[in-house]
Amino acid sequence: MGKRTAWQKLKSEYIGRGFAIFCGLLIVILTLSIIGFVAFKGLNTFIKHGYSLREFLFTSQWNPDSDKPKLGALIFIAGSTLVSIGAVIISAPISIALAIFMNYISPRIGEKVLQPTLELFVGIPSVVYGWIGFSVLLPFIKKGFGGIGFSLIAGILVLSIMILPTIASIASDSVKTVPQSYLEASYGLGATRWQTISKVIVPAAKNGILTGIVLGLARAFGEALAVQMVIGNSIKFAENLLSPTATLTSILTMDMGNTVSGTAWNDALWSLAFLLLVISFVFILAIRLIGKRGEIK
Amino acid sequence: MNSKLKDKIWTGILYGVSGLVVILLVALIGYILIKGGDCLRPSFLFGNPKAGEAGGGIGPQLFNSFYMLVVSLLISVPFGIGAGIYLAEYAREGTILNIIRLSIETMASLPSIVVGLFGLLVFVNMTHWGFTLLSGALAISVLNLPALTRVSENAIRSAAKPVKEASLGLGATQWQTIRKVILPSAIPQILTGIILAAGRIFGEAAALLYTAGMSAPILHFDNISLIDKSSPFSLMRPAETLSVYIWKLNSEGMVPDASLIANRASAVLVIMVLLFNLSARILGRKIHESYTGKK
Repeated sequence: MGKRTAWQKLKSEYIGRGFAIFCGLLIVILTLSIIGFVAFKGLNTFIKHGYSLREFLFTSQWNPDSDKPKLGALIFIAGSTLVSIGAVIISAPISIALAIFMNYISPRIGEKVLQPTLELFVGIPSVVYGWIGFSVLLPFIKKGFGGIGFSLIAGILVLSIMILPTIASIASDSVKTVPQSYLEASYGLGATRWQTISKVIVPAAKNGILTGIVLGLARAFGEALAVQMVIGNSIKFAENLLSPTATLTSILTMDMGNTVSGTAWNDALWSLAFLLLVISFVFILAIRLIGKRGEIK
Repeated sequence: MNSKLKDKIWTGILYGVSGLVVILLVALIGYILIKGGDCLRPSFLFGNPKAGEAGGGIGPQLFNSFYMLVVSLLISVPFGIGAGIYLAEYAREGTILNIIRLSIETMASLPSIVVGLFGLLVFVNMTHWGFTLLSGALAISVLNLPALTRVSENAIRSAAKPVKEASLGLGATQWQTIRKVILPSAIPQILTGIILAAGRIFGEAAALLYTAGMSAPILHFDNISLIDKSSPFSLMRPAETLSVYIWKLNSEGMVPDASLIANRASAVLVIMVLLFNLSARILGRKIHESYTGKK
């Protein structure tokens, strides 16, 4: 059998390999261009309009359409932070409980019932969560606790359900990988199952659990429509759990369609979008850091 | 408290929490389906929406959702599988691979509204297309590419090594081996991933608000051009999907029976998600059976 001709080589290997390499590079190009384009628009506020970054991040006056626009984004930053952290506080303990239950209390129920349950929670679209929040949760809060229904707590509750599967599935993966020998050692010392869970399994899996929590936080931070539908979108700080507020994503959803490209208002919205992007990148770096810490040990 | 009792109490608590989560899901889906009751009536599913009066349907939106799904899968699946092949077969450990992995992680964690705004900037404004179905499909493809890449990579990695070596040993090139030996065995697993991605695409709204637009022209099925704006299959027309419609009903409420329509449309969405999920599950089981040799 002779050597392959150049054309045969091209057909049998290089076209395919070229396509695969192109696809790999495409992902990098896409990521870079997303960052590039959003940054290009988002930095206009500071470069073209000369607005100071400090005022943007740390003041809370938002009057983007006046002659001398005030672009303090602190309300949205605080809103996003509170609503995401609130959601994680509710969701994380439940998720860890689910992860432990699925792997150590009853793997059979875990596999047959809880796994599909979590998959369905992931599958329900965010507008449906928002709509149910709007039509069920808001009237309930209004009747039971007063206020207008639209509130921080409504956003927290809706989000906590939405990030539950994210945290639970990653926590489950990590408690699953705790070495069997740890368990045997613990049981051998006479520990009960709960003592083993709380003193051995959870500490051993804490990096994975932390990764799940950060990913859940990232998802909560970036969720737009479900939050926007229940949080009230009033541009003021939330005084308590029952008062309405706004988040980075909700103001973007509401206002991006009403503004004209090139105005200070529009550019300020792009700055908010860029801020969201930066925050999600920080979460990624945090996860990588947690992963590294796990490797060294 | 003695530790045996403590153990019993915590076991009870864990059972309780897990039970509550399951009950919550059943209640949620039950509520949506009951409220959405007669959502499967043809006059609702295929009827045109009405402005200012009650009794409208979701025909164009439902069609748009499906069409959007097909177009965006046509765009993203080849690239997803290609990138998966690269990562699993060609890429070597090193800086480039590390950069690609970081890119995938970054893309996967981007908030969908940010992807939508990127779409607005590039696929809507820079191309001068305006709000079109194609812009929306491209934005959603960006959103789904990381997940599809991961699924393909895992599927290709799990293909049996001896078969691959046999193929290479017979003189096949690496690409021939991938195409003729590895991909066929990885396809079922990739398909499961695609179906799950399809469920997500079907429900996505944030990335579509400012790319595919919030209007759904009435569709006339006598025209089947891909470019002509009045054709239902046109890629260059605004295409409001079902999820975007639910959001719009809630925020603008231009019909008196907005909440009824939103309830029913939610039920349709949830039924679709259940169907996607179920088919992915059945497919997954089939794969498992064929791998373990039970059938």
